[in-house]
Amino acid sequence: MDKRTDIAMIGDRDSVLIGKAVGLGVFDETDGERANKLIYRLAREGCKVIFLTEPVYAQCSEAINKFKTETFPAIIPIPDSHGPSGVAMAAIKANVEKAIGADILFSEDK
Amino acid sequence: MAQLQVKPTRMELTNLKKKRKVAARGHKLMKDKRDEMVRRFIAYARRNKELREQVEQKLSAAMGQFVLARAEMSGEAIEEALAYPARPATVSVDTQHVLSLKMPKLSLETSDTFDYPYGFMNTSAELDSAVSAFAEVLPMLIELAEVEKICNSLADEIEKTRRRVNALEYVMIPQFDEAIREIKMKLDENDRGNTTRLMKTKEMLANRE
Repeated sequence: MDKRTDIAMIGDRDSVLIGKAVGLGVFDETDGERANKLIYRLAREGCKVIFLTEPVYAQCSEAINKFKTETFPAIIPIPDSHGPSGVAMAAIKANVEKAIGADILFSEDK
Repeated sequence: MAQLQVKPTRMELTNLKKKRKVAARGHKLMKDKRDEMVRRFIAYARRNKELREQVEQKLSAAMGQFVLARAEMSGEAIEEALAYPARPATVSVDTQHVLSLKMPKLSLETSDTFDYPYGFMNTSAELDSAVSAFAEVLPMLIELAEVEKICNSLADEIEKTRRRVNALEYVMIPQFDEAIREIKMKLDENDRGNTTRLMKTKEMLANRE
């Protein structure tokens, strides 16, 4: 990587290639281990936002937990070309439960 | 509950009373902080959920279109079209302090007009629409990133603060109260012992005369 990327996208080839068209730093990586390392590297290099496709997000819990409490980078799951799998929503739900002790957002619409 | 081991002296008593005061004040502040954080968190969490739903829907649509485009064009043609990187998208970052928490503030820096990084010659219309749809979602994605990050750190901080509040309320302050009560009782007991001794000696002196 020769240039500093502010926004990176990690995921399978089909899903992330489109990010290239709008100028994101695109990394084609589906292996959890390597993606973990990639996240660390990107964080070191000053990447601000890292989008992970949901399958990769599910595999990279180590790096995600590490950077969860830091201001940057923000690691955000996005749906891949197969559509959302619910991992990201589950994360929001877990957050709410952690902070408030009960799920108050999702109970009303289920 | 483990009791605080203290010497029953007046000095300790004043120290403990001071500590108790500080703990009570800290408890109140911490409780206020927690309440305010929860209030903010709920707003952010709602927004987070809303945004996430929208983004997921739009992004899936864009990705679906992209898959179509891929089917329409040969793999090489797509690679070629996208090989030349567009002007890199940059975000300007700022941090704001909310209740002594560092929050990211992200804003996307883009020009007003979006232009395709490839020529229209060898590419299909599907690719165009997929790319423009994705470019449309991008600002929302950035906002989602910001909100989600804030939610994460708020949730974390709320949990920590709640533990502190509980520790103060249910452990520290009762311990101090207990210790203070104990010292007071010991001191009173000493006092009573002194009085009776005085009375006794006075009586003995009176009997001798």
